[in-house]
Amino acid sequence: MIEFQLNGKTVSSESPDDTPLLWVVRDELKLKGTKFGCGIAQCGACTVHLDGTAIRSCVTPVSAAAGKSVTTIEGLDSAAGRALQAAWVDEQVPQCGYCQSGQIMQAASLLARNPEPSDEEITTAMNGNLCRCMAYTRIRRAIRAAAKEA
Amino acid sequence: MAIKLAGRSAPLALDRRAFLVGTAKAGLVMSLGAVLPGCSREQAAEDMAAGDMSRSFSPTVWFVVDAEGGVLVNIAKAEMGQHVGTALARVVADELGADWNRVSIKYVDSDSKWGYKVTGGSWSVHTTWTMLSQAGAAGRTVLCDAGAKMLGVDPADCIAADNEVRAGDRAVSFAEIVQKGDIGRTFTEEELAAMPIKDASERRLIGKPTTARDIPPKSRGEAVYGLDTELPGMVYAHPMLPPTRYGSTIRSIDDSAAKDVPGYRQTLEIDDPSGKIQGWAVVVADTFPAAMKAAKAVAIDWEPGPTAEVAEADLLAEGEKLCADYSKGTLFVDDGDAPAARAAAAETLSGTYRTSTALHFTLEPQNALIEFDDEGVCHVHAGNQWQSLIIPDLAKALEIGEDRIVLHQYYLGGGFGRRLYGDQMIPAALAARALGRPVKLVFQRPEDSRFDCVRSASVQRFDASFDADGALTGIEHAAAAGWPTLAMAPGFLGDGVDGNGKFDPFSINGADHWYTLPNHRVRAINNELAQQTFLPGWLRAVGPGWIGWGVESFMDEVAQKLGQDPVEFRLALLDAAGKNAGTAPQSVGGAARLAAVLRDVRERSGWGRELPDGEALGVATSFGQERNMPTWIACVAHVAVDPGRKAVTVKKLWQTIDCGTVVHPDGAMAQAEGAALWGVSLALHEGAQFENGQVKQANLDAYTPLRMADVPELDIRFIDSTEMPSGMGEPPLIPVAPAIGNAVFAATGVRVRDLPIRLG
Repeated sequence: MIEFQLNGKTVSSESPDDTPLLWVVRDELKLKGTKFGCGIAQCGACTVHLDGTAIRSCVTPVSAAAGKSVTTIEGLDSAAGRALQAAWVDEQVPQCGYCQSGQIMQAASLLARNPEPSDEEITTAMNGNLCRCMAYTRIRRAIRAAAKEA
Repeated sequence: MAIKLAGRSAPLALDRRAFLVGTAKAGLVMSLGAVLPGCSREQAAEDMAAGDMSRSFSPTVWFVVDAEGGVLVNIAKAEMGQHVGTALARVVADELGADWNRVSIKYVDSDSKWGYKVTGGSWSVHTTWTMLSQAGAAGRTVLCDAGAKMLGVDPADCIAADNEVRAGDRAVSFAEIVQKGDIGRTFTEEELAAMPIKDASERRLIGKPTTARDIPPKSRGEAVYGLDTELPGMVYAHPMLPPTRYGSTIRSIDDSAAKDVPGYRQTLEIDDPSGKIQGWAVVVADTFPAAMKAAKAVAIDWEPGPTAEVAEADLLAEGEKLCADYSKGTLFVDDGDAPAARAAAAETLSGTYRTSTALHFTLEPQNALIEFDDEGVCHVHAGNQWQSLIIPDLAKALEIGEDRIVLHQYYLGGGFGRRLYGDQMIPAALAARALGRPVKLVFQRPEDSRFDCVRSASVQRFDASFDADGALTGIEHAAAAGWPTLAMAPGFLGDGVDGNGKFDPFSINGADHWYTLPNHRVRAINNELAQQTFLPGWLRAVGPGWIGWGVESFMDEVAQKLGQDPVEFRLALLDAAGKNAGTAPQSVGGAARLAAVLRDVRERSGWGRELPDGEALGVATSFGQERNMPTWIACVAHVAVDPGRKAVTVKKLWQTIDCGTVVHPDGAMAQAEGAALWGVSLALHEGAQFENGQVKQANLDAYTPLRMADVPELDIRFIDSTEMPSGMGEPPLIPVAPAIGNAVFAATGVRVRDLPIRLG
């Protein structure tokens, strides 16, 4: 049994140690906002925070979360996180929306480290997150807006 | 052609159709329905008023105004990022006079009462525009008549706005009218068609800024996609795909190693009576991680099908051979006598253009959750674009009636045409029935790519003829590819213009362009090797998405040969004469509108200006998905080619778009931005190859769609128009690749002929 903090609450998982954190969060702990895309850490749809840093939960074994703090889109309540979610609506970012939890979690991690990123820094931080609808210009705009707001 | 789909959307016999506004279930209901045999329309209206809609009337409820004034609009289209619910509901709400804040949206299931269900082709707004406008107007008429009576005024003095009926400074709310008014009415087909539709100047919602209803839940991780659904007692299934799409058979299955995986249950061989699923098995487990692990441990020995050696180069070579044979193919356009023009030509110019296999790569992999209820009805939980296509296939596979299958709709984690087919539902359903419990089948990415219904590799050949004075006398065009419509929906194949043969409109649309040519012949050719090797699919922008690559690149070649400016050359051919004059209501103005957007983009892009070495502008146009529903677009690409002539960078794209009335302006802009970037991605970043009968690039380590760092500056403008709306989801993709290719030629003198573009 592995215990960790999920969005501020202590949870435990019965899954084998090597089970990807993504599936523990989605299927065992029933938080479906984190998505499955590529399974090889290259699309970013599964992005969550582990002790505040953005990670790809599809390739992170649940054992790596033992005793640590995991934040998903459902528990994102930092000032920057809230500003990002508001900016996502203001800028009308999502199309199909499937990648957007991961985009927002990635962006929140960026703003936590760098509250006023340049456009280049935004691109560098976000380039690993694929948006198949290609709403990239709006993602960038929303991050800029949220950085001003937060 | 394609637009026939719209005609099929209301399959009921006309003489039995009635349009009712009534007080069913304490709300004003606007519906279209079939009055059952033996019952009068009056009887149906009475039953409906009594809240009993089962005895004589089977309604398709377009919208309901409840006793509190809430307006619910039912949406029978898939939501996959185009914010279609918002656009369609605003058409209804504007005509109705509803307060947008009181409007809600419901995505309905696959019940046959909704008519023919398909979301694709950029059709949704165009094909429902008239019907939804009339339905809204009928509701407004009833509300105004009832409200006028309550106010003691003439209905002609009333308007409906902001959820109330107003006469001068007096008003009665929709809620009060629904509670107390006389709102039972029926309309005939003719009466509905004659409904007074608002003049464009009176619109309060259509064309006005708004936000999309699906965006807040998608920004909070709350939107529910097919992959997010669960049912009690369900097990997971992981597909085991054979070495070829067709003709492979399982010799043996060895799951001994999988038995050590906790949660592994069994491996099921799929026997599909419909023949769609050949040689598959599914690994069944209690959890998806267990299913993934067990899938690795299960060893299946297949007898491979006949296409196990096919490579991308074979597909392209076959296409080139077919295109070069003037006797092959079905005539799609045959204006004048192009072969005679070639025979008499003083000079000819030929060009061949190819595109590689392209993947949908919807970020949500294919999946389906299936449950049979106690009555044996098959419930499918999955996002899907073409319910009316997969239900008959499911019925064949399960050997049950189509009425025993219900598809429950969810948000689609990307559609792009992939979810026009729901083939993954078949093995999931067969497994669910065999196991007697709900089954959730999920593709991992490699399976999703390997058995994607890909955009077929394509080849196009053009032959232009010139007379002794150097004037263009004709163009012959041949296009060869795997045909999705032949594979999945052969009823929608078109007939050759000379009465011979069939063609796939979704693999040739775009070749029937709006340039006036002296002689013009187009042959649509099925690449049978492609057809046998894989399941060709409809991918965003479909036929025009690759046909346009050839047409617009070759226009540039001809302009260059004639020594003419590419914009001037095109404008001269866009004379809006004869068949290019346009037809009301869908293409009023014809080619003149294409010329107008081309002039606009020429001006805005600074066409003709000096640029640094290695940089140039290129131009292309598109009329969208089909001649019957033109979205007029002109595109200019500003491209930089590095000094080593290897890397192509798109610095900026301009597009001017005339899609008629823009219903949801920001939604249309979002579609334009996304589609234009898809155009860049397919031009420069996305290309797959078949190798040993399979897609080689199965995940993002090899298949590389455009990322944020690759995004050029976008400058997109919509023409103000009150014409009938056309489609927006796909058309802005079409002109991008040829505009880039033409810019590369202008910058380097090298004519690129293959997508994705690879220099050196």
